[in-house]
Amino acid sequence: MTDAAPSGPLLTMTGMTKQYPGCLANDHVSLTVERNQIHALLGENGAGKSTLVKIIYGVVKPDEGHIVWDGRKVAIQNPGHAQRLGIGMVFQHFSLFEALTVQENIALGLGSARERVGLRERIVRISNEYGLPLDPDRVVHDLSVGERQRIEIVRCLLQNPKLLIMDEPTSVLTPSEVRKLFVTLRRLAAEGCSILYISHKLEEVRALCSAATIMRLGKNVARVIPAEKTVKELAEIMINMDLHAPTPRPLAPSSAPSRLVLNKLTIRSPNHFGTDLKDISLSLKGGEILGIAGIAGNGQSELMDALSGEILAGKPDSVLIDGVPAGHMGPHDRRRIHGCFVPEERNGHGAVTTMTLAENAFLSGFTRRALVRFGVIDTKKTAAFAENIIKVFDVRTTGPKAQARSLSGGNLQKFLVGREVLQEPAVLAINQPTWGVDAGAALAIHEAIMALAAGGAAVMIISQDLDEIFVLADRIAVIAGGRVSAPVLTRDATVESIGRLMGGGSAPAAAGEMAVA
Amino acid sequence: MLKIEARGYESRFWRYASPVLALLLTGATSGLIFMAMGRPAGLTVYTFLIAPLLRQDGFEALVVKAAPLIMMGVGLSLAYRANVWNIGTDGQFTLGAICGGGIALAFPDAPAYVLFPAMVIAGTLGGMASGGLVAWLRIRFNANEILTSLMFAYITQYLLVYLVTGPWRDPQGFGFPQTALFSDTALAPRLIEDTNVHIGILLAPLIAIGLWFMLEKSLLGFQFRVLGQATRAAKFAGFRENRLVWIAMLISGGLAGLAGLLEVTGTLGQLTTTLSPGYGFTAIIVAFLGRLNPLGVIPAGLLLALTYLGGDAAQIDLGLPNAVTGIFQGILLFYLLGCDILLLNRFRWVPSHAKAVR
Repeated sequence: MTDAAPSGPLLTMTGMTKQYPGCLANDHVSLTVERNQIHALLGENGAGKSTLVKIIYGVVKPDEGHIVWDGRKVAIQNPGHAQRLGIGMVFQHFSLFEALTVQENIALGLGSARERVGLRERIVRISNEYGLPLDPDRVVHDLSVGERQRIEIVRCLLQNPKLLIMDEPTSVLTPSEVRKLFVTLRRLAAEGCSILYISHKLEEVRALCSAATIMRLGKNVARVIPAEKTVKELAEIMINMDLHAPTPRPLAPSSAPSRLVLNKLTIRSPNHFGTDLKDISLSLKGGEILGIAGIAGNGQSELMDALSGEILAGKPDSVLIDGVPAGHMGPHDRRRIHGCFVPEERNGHGAVTTMTLAENAFLSGFTRRALVRFGVIDTKKTAAFAENIIKVFDVRTTGPKAQARSLSGGNLQKFLVGREVLQEPAVLAINQPTWGVDAGAALAIHEAIMALAAGGAAVMIISQDLDEIFVLADRIAVIAGGRVSAPVLTRDATVESIGRLMGGGSAPAAAGEMAVA
Repeated sequence: MLKIEARGYESRFWRYASPVLALLLTGATSGLIFMAMGRPAGLTVYTFLIAPLLRQDGFEALVVKAAPLIMMGVGLSLAYRANVWNIGTDGQFTLGAICGGGIALAFPDAPAYVLFPAMVIAGTLGGMASGGLVAWLRIRFNANEILTSLMFAYITQYLLVYLVTGPWRDPQGFGFPQTALFSDTALAPRLIEDTNVHIGILLAPLIAIGLWFMLEKSLLGFQFRVLGQATRAAKFAGFRENRLVWIAMLISGGLAGLAGLLEVTGTLGQLTTTLSPGYGFTAIIVAFLGRLNPLGVIPAGLLLALTYLGGDAAQIDLGLPNAVTGIFQGILLFYLLGCDILLLNRFRWVPSHAKAVR
C-alpha cells in the first residue's frame, strides 16, 4: 500500500479491538474520516469512544485491527508518533501550568529548541488567522476556560496537523464562545485539517458535523449524516430505546412557604484556587425546582458544599432549611432537619467506591433512616434500604453486597440520587445530576427529581448543562465568579439571555425577566 | 514477556493467600542469607520457626511475647484503617511502662487490689497522653504524625534512660541502670501459677475481638473505615475528621501503654533501660500481616513473637548475631507489602506478538 495519492480517506480504521480485563472496550470497530471533514464520534459513556480515540492518539495499543493513515498502513506507537504523523488532540481536561504564561506553556509542549525559534510570532499569527485571540504574555491563571482551550488548540495547530481530535470541547464554554469555536473549526476543515469531534451534545453535532459514527457497547451501530436526523433519532440510535420527554409540571403556588433560604451567604473557599461565594441570596418554595446555571469553576462546588454543610457558613441565619437556621450545622445535623444532598463527584465524595452499596446507602442514610441502634449498624435494615433503592431506581447490579466501583457511572448515579430521594427530604440540592451519565439513566434521574418536587420538596439543581436546566427548572439563576444572579422564570428565559450571564455579563435591563426575585 | 495487568477488582483469594506467599518468600530469602553466612539454610529456618515451639516452655514463651504485639497491632490496625499513621507505639509502650512503674515504685506497700488497677490506669493514660500529643500536633499544626510519633518514641526512650540511671535508680542496685524490683502486689496477676502467663495473655485476644466488633459493626468503626478510604466522603457524611484522629491516636496509644505496663509487671518486674526489643515497630508488621483486621492480628502477633524466640535460638544454637531477628522481620514486611500488588493486579504471560500489530 504505497499509493500516497491524497484522494482517499484521511484515516481508515477497521476491525479495531481492545480487550480490558472484564471489559471488551472496542469490538471490531471501524471508523473512516474523510479529508476536510468534521466527523462526529457519538456514544454514551462507556460506549468505547475514548478507547478508540486513545488508539488513534497512540496512548493505547489495540489487540487487533488495521489503521490506514493518509494512504499508508501504520501502527501508532505513542502520542509523539501520532503528532509526527499529523494528529493533534485537545483533551477535555487541559494540561496547563497556571503560574506560567501562554507562550511558556506552549514552549513546554514542544520537543526541541529548534521548534521554539520564532514561536511568539507563530502563536500570534496562528491565533489571528483562526480567530483564536491570545496574548502570549498573559499568565494562564488569569485566563478564562475558553481562553485556556484556545491555548490547547493553538498548541496543536503549531504542529500543522491533518487531523484534530476534540474531546467534549464545548462542555466548558458559554454559548457565544461555542459559536466562535465552530467558526474556527469550520475554517480549519476547509483548509485541510479534518476534525474528529467527540460530544454528547447532539444539537451541536447536527449543526457542525457532516458525518457521524455512532457507537454503543464497544461496537459500531451506525454511520449517519447528522443533519438528516433529529436529535431524538440520534439519541435513540445511541441508547437503543425510545425516549419520551418528561411531562411538564404546574408551577408551585406563590403562597407556598419557603423551604430553603440563602441569606447573603458569603464564604471563603477553603481551596487555594477555589472561588469565594459572595452575598448569595435565594429563596425556594416547596414544589419548586431552581436551576443554577454556570460555567465550571465559578463557585458551583463551593455552593454545593455550603448547602450540604461540608463548608460551614459563619452565621446560622445565612442558610435556612424549613425555617431552621442551619448555617452553623454540619451535614449530619442538616439531614436531621430534612436536607439531602448529591455532590457532583460520585467517586470518593458521594460514594466510597471500595465499599458495598449497602455501606454506601448507610453513608448518608443512617441519620434519617435510623439505621443505627445503640451505636451498632443495623445491617438488616441497611441492606433492605439499599435493596429498595436498587429496586425503585432500577439500578443494574448484583445486589447490596456489590462494590460501588463495579457499577457503571449511570447506575451509580441512579443509586446515589435514589439514596437521597428515598429519604423524603424537604430540601434537595444536587450538583451536576447527570454528569457523565447515559441518556436512559439521565431520564430516570430527571423524573425522580420532578416527582420529588411534585411531592412538595424544594429542589436546587446546579448544572453546567443548559439543556438540563431548561428541561427541569421552574426558575433559573446563574452563578458567575461566586455571585448568583436574580432568578428568572424559565419560560421568560432564553439560551442567549442565560448565556450572557454565564459569561459574567450583567442582566439585561428588561424588567420582565427580573420579576421573580 | 511478563505483564502486570489491573484486575479491576480486589481478589478474595489473594487477600488471604498474599501473606502466605510473603511468608514463603521470606523463608526462602532468609535461607539464602543464612547460606551466604555459611550456615545450612534448612537448619536455620528450622531453628527460627519450628525449634522454639518444641522446647518445654515453648508455648508459654510464645504467648507471653505475643500478647503485647497483639495489643499494639490491634490498635495500629484501627488507626491505619483510618489513615492515621502512628508509628511511635514503641514510645507509647515505654511511657505506659514508666507511668505504671512509677506508681509501683512510689507505693510499694499498697494492697494489690488498689495498686495493680491504679497502675493499669496510669499505664493506659500514659500511652494515651503520648498518642494524644501526636493527634494534637497533627490537628493544631498539621504536623505529619509519622514524624512526630517516631520522634516521641526517641524522646520517651531517653526519658526512660534518664529515670532509671538517675532519680529512679535502685539505691541497693550496685549502680546498675535499673529500678528496684516491684513489690509482689504490683505484679500482673498470673493465669497459671509459677509461670509468666499473666492476665495480659487473656486480655489481648479479648481486646482484638472487641475492637474487631467496633471496627466492623459499629457506627464509630464505619467512620474510621470511610475516613481511611475517602476523606471527602467522610466529610459528606458529616463525620468529623479531627475527632476520629483523636480517637484513633488515643486508642492505639492507650493500648500500647497498657501493653507496656503489662510487659513490665508481667515479665520484667522492674524498669530497665531496655524495656522493649522493638515491640512497637514489630507491631507495625503485625498489623499489616494481619491485614489491618483485628482478628487477623492474633495469628500475626503469634508469628512475629515466634521470630523473637527464633532469633534467640539462632543466637544461642547457631552463633548468629542478634540482628537476624530484625533482618527476618524486615524481609517479611518487604514481601508483605510487595505481594499486595496481587490484590489488584495479576501477572500474565504475553507472548511477544506485539510485532504483529506493527
